[in-house]
Amino acid sequence: MLNNYLNIILIDSLKIFSLLIPVLISVAMIVWVDRRVWGLVQLRRGPNVVGPFGLFQTAADALKYILKEIIIPAGANKVIFILAPVVTMSLALLAWAVIPFGENLYVANINVGILYLLAVSSLGVYGIIMAGWASNSKYPFLGALRSAAQMVSYEVSIGFIIVTVLLCVGSLNLVDIVIAQKKIWFAIPLFPMFIIFFISALAETNRPPFDLPEAEAELVAGYQTEYSGMMYALFWLGEYANILLMCAMGSILFLGGWLSPIDIFPFNSIPSPIWLIVKILLLFFAFALIKAIVPRYRYDQLMRLGWKVFLPLSLTWVVIVSGFLVYFELLPTKQ
Amino acid sequence: MLAHTLIFYFFSFVTVASSLAVISSKNTVHAVFFLILDFVSISCLFIMMGAEYLGMLMLIVYVGAVAVLFLFVVMMLNVNLRDLRTGFLSYLPFGSLIGIVLLIEIGMMIGTWKFKDNFIKTSEIKINTQLSNTEAIGNVLYTDFLYYFQISGLILLVAMIGAILLTFRRKDNLKRQDITKQIMRERDDGVSLEDVENFKGVKLND
Repeated sequence: MLNNYLNIILIDSLKIFSLLIPVLISVAMIVWVDRRVWGLVQLRRGPNVVGPFGLFQTAADALKYILKEIIIPAGANKVIFILAPVVTMSLALLAWAVIPFGENLYVANINVGILYLLAVSSLGVYGIIMAGWASNSKYPFLGALRSAAQMVSYEVSIGFIIVTVLLCVGSLNLVDIVIAQKKIWFAIPLFPMFIIFFISALAETNRPPFDLPEAEAELVAGYQTEYSGMMYALFWLGEYANILLMCAMGSILFLGGWLSPIDIFPFNSIPSPIWLIVKILLLFFAFALIKAIVPRYRYDQLMRLGWKVFLPLSLTWVVIVSGFLVYFELLPTKQ
Repeated sequence: MLAHTLIFYFFSFVTVASSLAVISSKNTVHAVFFLILDFVSISCLFIMMGAEYLGMLMLIVYVGAVAVLFLFVVMMLNVNLRDLRTGFLSYLPFGSLIGIVLLIEIGMMIGTWKFKDNFIKTSEIKINTQLSNTEAIGNVLYTDFLYYFQISGLILLVAMIGAILLTFRRKDNLKRQDITKQIMRERDDGVSLEDVENFKGVKLND
């Protein structure tokens, strides 16, 4: 009996490590990609000194952060102050458990996978609120308030977007969602939803043009102001892990996950994880481009976009899609 | 089964301990954080019972939205515990009365459980055991219990309208931004070219 449990624990931890280590390495690489793209758009070189093409820039940065002193402000609430970056980072990594990289390639295949993703991404707001409150300082608190309001508002429209996809799939399981796209990717029939999802994902991960929680012109660095050293690095890595997760979610919901774009010989023999990674990278490239070319939104315009434009639009699309599916009898049913 | 029992006791211990911490912690913000921990462990208990849909909804709705608003309000309030303690003795009789009534009610609820009347007869619900519980809930919620579902939706809507009305204040001197009006504005609406004669000036109507 004990042997059995030990077996389960060992195999599962092996699985988890073989997922987490690539994710962490790709987070480090993605930071480099982000900065390179940003530099190229602005006709700069970007980081190109450390290693070939500056590939080891993030490793050098991480080393620098590890060596720096962690400063905890005297007025801060110490426990919550330390807990905040830990919560952010661990939640960002937690969600990767349900991402399927192939038909049988996942850590966990749960019935309510998409709800789990939504739940974990909605918990992400706590890291930021905790950081803002525990810092006991004005700018972090204002940044945290902004961020919480922003993330809660855009979650609503993401929820509706997920509902439209689920109506076409008939299951909350991520593997089923990908398999349902074998005929056509949902990005084509649900194209407006894909665009809204993309913009909401930008707002959900506090990326430019919606990076108001850390708008340096008004709030210094928002909720990260008082953080230094490794704790700041944890926030930073958690943010990028979240961005990657949102890209993965977008490619699973709309771009057919691990499926190859055309089901003919040279394409469908490429292993499924590579397709998913290519799609994630494509979405991330769009994230990085938008960071470079779009100016920052004003806060009231951001709220207006979330509540007055995206929410009605996605709600109407839910009604339209369900009406269409019912009228043409296309509703997916369990046999 | 042993691992299952151990994990169950772990989650239930965390649930009870954190709910005790909610009512006993001195800092109100800490209390809300304990409440969140409570919600999370309750949803874990739901998942352990096989009700994964309810557990996830608990996480999304209570932890992801309700508790965030709680936290917002409590952080802004800046409650001082010393001020709260001043009226302790004057509130004691009334507070203890409410406490005693609540205790008796809870006791009666447990005691009279066997005499309960079935409002919704559970035997009438046809549950297909083959389905996952998301589908099972959906099957009965939108068919047999459609009216209850709609009524609860209406109640929430009324509550929402009430909350908006309570906080809505009309301000006359407020400048509102009308985005469509701004976008529809042409060059001719704002700019005009005037010939100004020397030493006479020009009168603009603005």
